[in-house]
Amino acid sequence: MRALILPLSVIALWEAVGRTQLVQSDMMSKPSDIGLAGLAALTDGSMLFATSQTITTALAGLLMGSAIGISLGAWFGLSDLAGRLSLISVEVFRPVPSVALIPIAMLVFGFGYGMGISIVAFACVWPTLIVTQAAVREVPRELMEVARGLELGWASRLFKIVLPDIVPNLFTALRLAAGISLIVAVTVEITANPLGLGYALVVAQETLHPATMFAFLIWIGLIGWLLNAGLLQAQSRLFGRWSFAA
Amino acid sequence: MTMRSAFLNAGGIGVFLGLLGLWELITRFGLVSPVFLPSVGDTFGALLEQGKDGSLVRAVMGTGGRMLLGFSLAALVGCGVGLLIGLSSQARHYIEPSLEFLRPLPASAVIPVAILLLGLTKTMIISVIVFGSLWPVLLATIQGIKSVEPRLFEMARTMELPHRTVIASIVLPSALPDIFSGLRLALTVSLILAVVTEMMSAETGLGATILYAARSFRSPELFAGVVTLGAIGFGINAMMEVAQRHLLRWRT
Repeated sequence: MRALILPLSVIALWEAVGRTQLVQSDMMSKPSDIGLAGLAALTDGSMLFATSQTITTALAGLLMGSAIGISLGAWFGLSDLAGRLSLISVEVFRPVPSVALIPIAMLVFGFGYGMGISIVAFACVWPTLIVTQAAVREVPRELMEVARGLELGWASRLFKIVLPDIVPNLFTALRLAAGISLIVAVTVEITANPLGLGYALVVAQETLHPATMFAFLIWIGLIGWLLNAGLLQAQSRLFGRWSFAA
Repeated sequence: MTMRSAFLNAGGIGVFLGLLGLWELITRFGLVSPVFLPSVGDTFGALLEQGKDGSLVRAVMGTGGRMLLGFSLAALVGCGVGLLIGLSSQARHYIEPSLEFLRPLPASAVIPVAILLLGLTKTMIISVIVFGSLWPVLLATIQGIKSVEPRLFEMARTMELPHRTVIASIVLPSALPDIFSGLRLALTVSLILAVVTEMMSAETGLGATILYAARSFRSPELFAGVVTLGAIGFGINAMMEVAQRHLLRWRT
């Protein structure tokens, strides 16, 4: 209840200022107009279409990036040698800001899904790689010795011993990467790619439709918040007991 | 053991050089068109060229300057406001849920709003960087204060320590690790936003440089810019790592 006081009073104040027309501007818009613009964008399908484009980009990039990140992380975690030898290369490539790749992706793929997906994938590789590698390294030594004693091959070692032990960490990695994928997808759309929610936001700004622009901004915020809250909820549902057992 | 360690470090550098060699080979044999992927030599040649004519320094100063200005403002405001909110459990109940809603919002999504309100100006760029890198610092500061052992506060009350001492010798030291990880994240965010806003506003800087290079198909310059950005990212990461180890060494 107390949580709602601040946002509600901000909205009320904003509305009041808008109504009294103290600030006359083409660039502002009052909450009631934003609500109507949002409703219009929702009912004419443009908002949902843009959302599906952004989600497609984010999801495809997330799947590709985390598949690469998790595989490399498992490899570097299982083999001490691979982990040490890859260390410098990972540390050099990881801090490259993903947005720096926008012009490269633009050159290689042109505008469209390929560009967005490749950049999201790059951004998702690093957190999944780091978390997976750390988790694999912390698999109890006894378990690995049992595996050696049983003379398990690398596949059964991976799927019967390592994987069950690191499932909660994998979920954490995916949750982090999912948040990043949405942010990067929207950023690429705003900066360059004429697709999805980010582009809709830019178009609303350039055509001076502040109400629609704010409606899209709030919608993007809502999606980000729902994604984050949903994944946190799922994590505590699925693995709540896990952390106590460990 | 140290022999082995030194050997492995050398091996790590070898692997990195091997990757560069692979890149060079791919371009040498024309497996990828040089329009998309310039050779290693061409890339570093372009970097040298930019260094000589001074455009590299201008671009780095532009991007780095705006990034640091935005980051410093965000760090000051974030720590200050975070301290105020964190110390009062009342304020926390009222404000924290709203902050949690804003946290997952992509900072770049406010760029169109900022452009509409402020135009394509330096003020717009700095505001966006401050806005984006404020949340990590603010939320981390609040989180850090929440994690202060409550018995320390009780002890401070029994000892009747003044407010300032409580903050300086109890709250800040306990919250420092959290604040530091917030600052680290904020620095990364500020670099990203500096680059993105330059791409959109054509302000002199690395973001604009690489975008122009891509539009005119000058891939060596484009890759030189990306290498520079990578180096900046690597540099600030390494600096924060050293600072963190230095400031938090009392914890171990």
